[in-house]
Amino acid sequence: MSIISTLINGLSMGAVYALIALGYTMVYGIAKMLNFAHGDVIMVGSYVLFVFTMKSIKNPFLAILLAILFCVILGVLVECIAYRPLRGAPSLAVLITAIGVSFLLQSVAQLIFTVTPKQVTMFQFNSIEFNGLTIKTESIITLVVGMIVMIALTVFVNKSKTGRAMLAVSEDRGAAQLMGINVNRTIVITFAIGSALAAVASVFMLFIAPVTDPTLGAMPGIKAFVAAVLGGIGSIPGAMIGGVILGIVEQFALKYEFLASYSDAIVFAILILVLLVKPSGILGKKRHEKV
Amino acid sequence: MSEPLLQVKDLEVYYGVIQALKGISFHVNKGEIVSLIGANGAGKTTTLHTVTGLLRPKHGSIVYDGKDLTKVHPHKIVSMGLAHVPEGRRIFQNLSVYDNLLLGAYTKNDKAKINDQMEQVFEQFPRLKERRRQLAGTLSGGEQQMLAMGRALLSDPEMIVMDEPSMGLSPLLVSEIFEIIKTFREAGKTVLLVEQNAKKAMTVSDRVYVLETGSILTEGNAADLVNDERIKKAYLGE
Repeated sequence: MSIISTLINGLSMGAVYALIALGYTMVYGIAKMLNFAHGDVIMVGSYVLFVFTMKSIKNPFLAILLAILFCVILGVLVECIAYRPLRGAPSLAVLITAIGVSFLLQSVAQLIFTVTPKQVTMFQFNSIEFNGLTIKTESIITLVVGMIVMIALTVFVNKSKTGRAMLAVSEDRGAAQLMGINVNRTIVITFAIGSALAAVASVFMLFIAPVTDPTLGAMPGIKAFVAAVLGGIGSIPGAMIGGVILGIVEQFALKYEFLASYSDAIVFAILILVLLVKPSGILGKKRHEKV
Repeated sequence: MSEPLLQVKDLEVYYGVIQALKGISFHVNKGEIVSLIGANGAGKTTTLHTVTGLLRPKHGSIVYDGKDLTKVHPHKIVSMGLAHVPEGRRIFQNLSVYDNLLLGAYTKNDKAKINDQMEQVFEQFPRLKERRRQLAGTLSGGEQQMLAMGRALLSDPEMIVMDEPSMGLSPLLVSEIFEIIKTFREAGKTVLLVEQNAKKAMTVSDRVYVLETGSILTEGNAADLVNDERIKKAYLGE
């Protein structure tokens, strides 16, 4: 019986990883860069939630909207100020810049809010008792909302004109330009979407543990990166599958005492294993090298 | 005589320190099919990429329809009526045939007009219609070239530049592709063609420019150049 509740927890944790992994994978697919500051957008979102649920207005729903808005603006600014001037630069330069942005965001958060963890309680949840099974309401909400967001994103990317442009840029930037697609604009939209998803993920992170500190985004960010690589970086359905697998594996590891303290190690062992066995990930395509 | 639709003057393009185009000039009149022929590395593709903004010239001007293209963003050039069918087709392999065609009409907003154009393309290329739900990467080489041409047509261009449309195709398909290029002229479109298959290119072209290592070696009416001994020897293999 408890396997089912672990599974539900795993699925909901997986939905959080998937939301974050989508930001990594979309930016990688379209801008061809690893945005290692992506996890820290979650942290920024959590502080916006802290300010607007605990300090002023005290309306969690409005706070969530403001967190999404704030993260979208942040993502767009980071892209325009830090990454755009490096378009065409060696990928190592871009990677180091991304790590720099990550440190910058953490340090600014530390300056404003100090390192002391802050309590952020948005809602009071009750557990549901069902046939002797205890299910956390927040897990169900995370799972359902996460699924709705991912379905909406899939429809948007595959059916809308902007989504089609994103797929075109991710496959062949030059050919996309020949179609009249503004590549820079498409990249900005991708950063905006990724950051909005990170803001939603920050809400769910605070469901799991209602405290935040300047390093809140670091661990889930890096785990979501593992999820993106596992699913095949650049692939949207891959990020979703990778996230869910990672969430389930982690929750089952935490369930057994002899494995619990190794749960992070297991996650990173998966990364090493994927890179050894199938570097392109579950749904990743082999890169067509042009000769 | 009226102004040419495309006027290229003293174009110089560099890859780093290597000069790929050493000041070439040519023009294309409205309704013409003009070919640039020449060996590998002569600068044919470089010329086309510079015309449609994928490369920037160090010197020279490219005037299309009275406007200087050297300052225009590449994504804005297609909406000026200039479509580019790139070398190696560069269709979007992981998207459906239909989505590829829709991307061709990316700069258009009039849905009815797009559908109209789509019908025309399907009429000209019935195989694309049959396969419109298929991923473009699963098409044969000839079909992919047709898709690349159909995709260009969906932007409703006045002028089409085509880079090696016959590359890697069987002789039968090559002939088919050149028949299609002739229909572009019949539809009132202007074509700038880059080809290694000089013989075929000359049969459909009005005028030809011969490129050699970044310079224009000679130019003339296709009908005259076909009989030019030098051209015959160097490019037509006779």
